[in-house]
Amino acid sequence: MSALARLIARDLRLAWSGGGMVNPVAFFLLVAILFPFAIGPDAVLLARVGGGVIWTAALLAALLPVERLIGPDAEAGVFDQLSVRGFSMSGVATARMLAHWLAFAPPLMLAAVVAAGLLGLPGATLGRVELGLLIGTPGLAALAVATSALIAGLRGAGALAGLLMLPLAVPLLIFGGGALDPAAGAGALKLLGAVSLVLVAGAPFVAGAAMRVAME
Amino acid sequence: MAPPDQPPDHPPAHLAFRDVTGVRGGRDLFTGLTFTLAAGEAALVTGPNGAGKSSLLRIAAGLLAPAAGAVDAARCALMAEATALDGGLRLSAALAFWAALDGVPEPAARVAEALAATGLTAFAGVPVRLLSTGQRRRAVLARVVASGAPLWLLDEPANGLDTASLALLEELLAAHRARGGIALVATHSAIRLPDARTIAL
Repeated sequence: MSALARLIARDLRLAWSGGGMVNPVAFFLLVAILFPFAIGPDAVLLARVGGGVIWTAALLAALLPVERLIGPDAEAGVFDQLSVRGFSMSGVATARMLAHWLAFAPPLMLAAVVAAGLLGLPGATLGRVELGLLIGTPGLAALAVATSALIAGLRGAGALAGLLMLPLAVPLLIFGGGALDPAAGAGALKLLGAVSLVLVAGAPFVAGAAMRVAME
Repeated sequence: MAPPDQPPDHPPAHLAFRDVTGVRGGRDLFTGLTFTLAAGEAALVTGPNGAGKSSLLRIAAGLLAPAAGAVDAARCALMAEATALDGGLRLSAALAFWAALDGVPEPAARVAEALAATGLTAFAGVPVRLLSTGQRRRAVLARVVASGAPLWLLDEPANGLDTASLALLEELLAAHRARGGIALVATHSAIRLPDARTIAL
């Protein structure tokens, strides 16, 4: 097993240990369930807003694990030990991003099927939601790791995480929601892909720099 | 990402500081520090709290850039205050993770040897979070032993150790130096390190 694979395996184990990813997924479903209560049982209306509800819920759920993606390992000296062994912090952040996506995206996409059923979304819309999530969640995972590295070790890190991450996630939300339009969705999907790629490409360097600064 | 690919045991050990200035929080900790350690040599870094002992070790480990001067160091193993061991894992598994990253041959066997050398064999199957402070310190020492690195950087290694464990630490240091290794030990307690240089900050 390569060193990168070992890091990803460790991060995945930590993500799942103690039911780690159960909370965000449960939270996601809960938000999706709250909307029908607030809006009322109008099936036509719910089917129309349901896709956007799922995207909003996904964004909020993505916020939950942010606080413990980087902070605990920074405090435990894990990054010091990796650095002594010649790992670059950007590489470590890349591994963490991959592991976070693997732990976060598949359960979320499964839960989206359940949420679509609860909101009465038509099958075609569900298909577009899932495609959008598949393209958008890597960007969301990248943003989560970068945010986590920036807030690691700060007081009130949890509250700061939302203030920092949600505004930056707005493009994902706009294009993810836009991709649900049957007529004009293709263009939005491409832009969603572009935003996601920019985040995935940039986040390891942002996170790596933040981790190095925290080390000194 | 540069996975460690150096051979674990045999490159000649060396550590050289040339006119190194250490700065922390905008304050000079030490200036113009120059010393070299060759195979088998050791140095004790002494000084009052806040004198920069830990910073010196972090500079030697490459974690902290010196404000001035140059550092040339062999592959090192760092024993710091933070344990960096996963609390939920059994001790042997937590150490095996790092031994595998160190690229040593047969990491499981190396870890077993290191556990024996630090008197922790009986705790190999115990989750790290259940270990006592002293046992954790010995576990971190075991990681240093298992790494096979020629340069040991030990930051307050005697903290939390009982008398028997301290004797164990001294034996391990002696054996490491006998194999041609180098040790740089920052401490404020009495560690027996024969013929060691003293770097007073």
